[in-house]
Parts: sequence; C-alpha cells; structure tokens
Amino acid sequence: MTLTVSIRHQFSGFNLDITFNAGSGVTALFGRSGAGKSTIAQAISGAFAPMEGHIAVNGEVLFSTDQRVNRPAHRRGIGYVFQQDLLFPHFSVQGNLEYAQRYGRSGTGATNLSVVLDILGIGHLLHRRPAGLSGGERQRVAIARALLSNPSLLVMDEPLSALDDPRKAEILPYIERLRDHSKVPILYISHSVSEIARLADQVVAIDSGRVIKMGSATDVFADPNIVPQLGLQSAGALLTATIEKHEDDGLTKLNSASGPIYLPELDAEIGQTVRVRVLAQDVMLSTVQPENISALNVIQGRVSAIKFGRGPGAIVSIESAGNTILARVTRRSVQALNLEIGSSCFAIIKSVSVAPNQIGRG
Amino acid sequence: MLYFGEQELAAILLSLKVAIWATFLSLPFAVWVAFLLVRRRFWGREVLNALVHLPLILPPVVTGYLLLMFFGRVGFAGQILNDYFGITIAFQWTGAVLAAAIMAFPLVVRAVRLSIEQISPDLEHAALTLGARPITVFFTIALPMALPGIVVGAILGFAKALGEFGATITFVGNIPNQTQTIPSAIYGFLQMPGKDQGAFTLVFVSIVISVTALLLSEWLARRVQKRMHGQ
Repeated sequence: MTLTVSIRHQFSGFNLDITFNAGSGVTALFGRSGAGKSTIAQAISGAFAPMEGHIAVNGEVLFSTDQRVNRPAHRRGIGYVFQQDLLFPHFSVQGNLEYAQRYGRSGTGATNLSVVLDILGIGHLLHRRPAGLSGGERQRVAIARALLSNPSLLVMDEPLSALDDPRKAEILPYIERLRDHSKVPILYISHSVSEIARLADQVVAIDSGRVIKMGSATDVFADPNIVPQLGLQSAGALLTATIEKHEDDGLTKLNSASGPIYLPELDAEIGQTVRVRVLAQDVMLSTVQPENISALNVIQGRVSAIKFGRGPGAIVSIESAGNTILARVTRRSVQALNLEIGSSCFAIIKSVSVAPNQIGRG
Repeated sequence: MLYFGEQELAAILLSLKVAIWATFLSLPFAVWVAFLLVRRRFWGREVLNALVHLPLILPPVVTGYLLLMFFGRVGFAGQILNDYFGITIAFQWTGAVLAAAIMAFPLVVRAVRLSIEQISPDLEHAALTLGARPITVFFTIALPMALPGIVVGAILGFAKALGEFGATITFVGNIPNQTQTIPSAIYGFLQMPGKDQGAFTLVFVSIVISVTALLLSEWLARRVQKRMHGQ
C-alpha cells in the first residue's frame, strides 16, 4: 500500500505545504497542536479540500487539483477514527459495526468480524449502547467500526487524546495488536511523543505546516535536530532489544546489540523484541568505564553528534553497535569531558528511569 | 355549562382536521429547510432564513391578506390552480390548512433546527467515511438524531395551527360548518348575544386539546430521548 500526499493550502496567517508518502504498517504524523496535522487527515478523508494538491492511495487518485478530482468522502475507502469516538448513539455497538459492514466497501480482506472483535476485545460489548460504555471501550468500538468498512487505509486522528492516562494505557496494546495482526495500513496522527515512540514504524514530523523530518521511527527519534520539536522532556532515542530472561529480583534482562540491558519487570514473553525509549534527560555520560555505581546499564559507544541549544544544555548523540542513544547534558559537561565527535564514551542509564509506558512491542 | 351543538362540533372537528393536515404539510418542508439552514452554506441563505421567519413577525392579518392576493380566485397561483386543476382554496377548509401550515412553519423550523445544531457534523462525516451515501446518512443518522426536535416541532406546529386566527379568518373567512375553526367560532359567538355558552365550551375544548398535546409531546420526547441516548 502506498499513500502519497502532497498538499498546499493557505490559511490566514498559516501556510500548509506538506508532501509525504506512507507505506504499510503504522506511519505517524507527528507535530504539536496547530502544526496542521488534522487538516491533513481531513484532506485525506475528504472533509476538506485544499487549494492545491494531489492525494492518492495505491495509485487511485482521491484528490487532485491538476486532474480536477475530488472524490466524495463516502467513495474514498478511508477509515477514520476521530479524537471523540463519534459512535452513533441511537444504535447498539452491534448496530454501529453492522453499519460499517453494510455500507463499507465490499470484500472483507483482513477485516473479518470475528478477527476484529478479537483484536479489539469488544466481543462482549455487542449488545450494549454507546452511552453505557467507558471512554476506552467506545474508542475501541470506533476503531473496530472503521476497520469493518474494509478501508484501504485507516486514519487515526489523535485517537487517545480525549482519554485520561489509565484509559490510554488500556488502549495502546490493542492498537499494537491491530498493527501486528491486521493488514490495514495506519496513518496515526498524534502530538504525543510516547504514543508515537511505541507505535510508529515510520514517522513524518511536521512543524508549522511543513515536514521537518521523515524516516523510520528509530532514525527520527535519534536525530538531535528534532529535539526542540519533540520537547526537551520527551526527547529520547529508541533502543531495540530482545527479552532474554525475567530474573528473580524483579528485573528483566534484555539483549541488545550494544550489550545487556536491565529494566524493571516487563510484561512480555521471552524472545519478544521490544522497543525502549530512553529519555535523553535520563542518560548520564562518562569518558571512563564507571565503577561502583548503582546504575545497571552502561553502554559503550562513540559520540556521533553534539547539538547546543540556546540555553546551558546540549544534546549528545552516541552511536553504539547500530543503536543510537541521546543524552541531554550541560554545555559545561561537554567541555569538561572534552567531548568531540568520535570520542569514546559510556552512556549510563538507570534501570528504574525507564517507565513501562515507554516500552513498545517491536 | 358545556354545550355541544352542531356548530360547535363542526368547529372542533374542522380545527382538528386543519391542525393535523397543516402539521403534516409543513413538517417535511420544515425539516428540509432546517437542514439547509444549519448544514449548507449557500448564496441567499440569509434571505431564506428571513423568509421562513416572515409569518412569525408579520401581523397574521397581513399574511392572510398576502395569501388571499396570491391564492385567491384572481391571484397568480389561485388562477393557475383554478384553471388547470379546478382547485379553489380561498374560503375553503383547504385554505385554512394552508394558512395554518404557513403560520406554523417558522415554529417547526426553529424547533427542528435547534436539535440539528446539537448533532456534531463529525458524526455525519464518520458515517460518510464508512461508505454511506449522503442521502443514506441523512435518513440513518441525521434524521433519527433530530427526532426529539422533530417531535417538539410537530407538537408546536399543531398547537399553533389549532390556535391560528388572523391569517385564517382573512384568507378563508368565518363560514359556520365550512371554514369556521375553534378560534373563529369563539370570536363569532362572542359577537352574538346569548352565545356565551358555545364560546365557553370551545374555550374548554381548546384547553383540553392543547394540554393533551403538550403532555403527549413530553412523553414522546422522553421516549425518543431514552431510545437515543439510553444505555
């Protein structure tokens, strides 16, 4: 599947000029609120016609100002999950799902009813009314409904932002399962770094109406240049590792190309690949092998980039056996340690600093 | 006390007939116009809005006079109806239906409009993205969700049609057993000495019908609301 989007639109005091492609899996459209993400989602789904542009899915042109094409929303085959669940209140859960099956595109593809019910865990809710469901359940039904219309692409526009943190944590695993078990490609729009770090295969980062960085999630998160867009508190590279052993003292040992990593007990099976977001502000640097310290994880590597901001801080990028780790340290420390590109260096990560919600299934 | 003579009964039956017909006549148009006004942006929208509200703000007698000019035997539409279809509506009960429907129209539109404004356009867009055609979305999502407002609008329209006096008496007159509705009969009785009892009877009947309609609408609205947002 390929989605190609190239749109330009002039709002008062704001220009949107976006070009990107998306393949199978989850492509995240990331940016702060007001960056123009939702406008892009609306343009793809047919709720908004930009002044100029071209949108195609699998070569089928949905919108093109050159070719004078503007296919109406109901003939685009784009599943759309909104911020609010938008279930039809006068139908039961089953009625909502049947609506999608009835009017959606013919053929079932990967979106067979029992599979969808199973992936999203909503089989027991079929006879309930939307008003009686929790926010998380409603959003899962909304996702199932969109899937059952058999879309060629599922657009999820901030699907979790209206939910509180426990509800978010409840839904994320379902979206991960959706990514892993259904063949429908997903365009996931969010301003939340942690959601994207967990879910995305590809990331398109957007700022004030423009694409500022595009690539695999690992590459985008490892780029010190987009730290300002991610926010200093949220920046952090992704480390890929495999679960090796759950140890007796409550720690889980993971194997990464850069050596073993110990984290607080993970709810994952042995052999499973996970993706750990290591926040840049949780990483300490040392030029010598540290001894007698409490931190369990020490990763050896070389400095590959140093980026100074306006303030006293700096972001140091460390390359280690194909993994990248970002460390947020002070300008003073960079000078004191004499860090330069190519310097050998040890990154120190406290096990307990990695929260479970920063770990996604690979 | 209450006295149900031939003239009183005729007025009651005619009023009910006129009010029911007027309600059903104005309802589909009112729903359509309300949707246009809320959901569509088109040239002349404000003009349409003003036109819809005209019967509400004009003196009813003026509306009746305009109807007479337009639908009367020598009026533009009246002539066409008479020459080609053999239909006359001025000074007929059908004319009373038209007058009542037009007078009730703005009230129905306003009630329906309020309930449409409550429906998130995103909900309709969601239905579109699931593949439903716009006309299907209208009948399966928008219309059922606007039902509480449509019920309220229908009852309001019915009550207005039942009480309509000025436009009706101007357009169709006050002919006993033919075009005399409850309000025009009450007016007529009050003009004649010794007919107080008839007037009192009709006042009483009016109150009974109106209160019943109100209770019915409350009950219906509650049921619809429950169906719509129940668990």
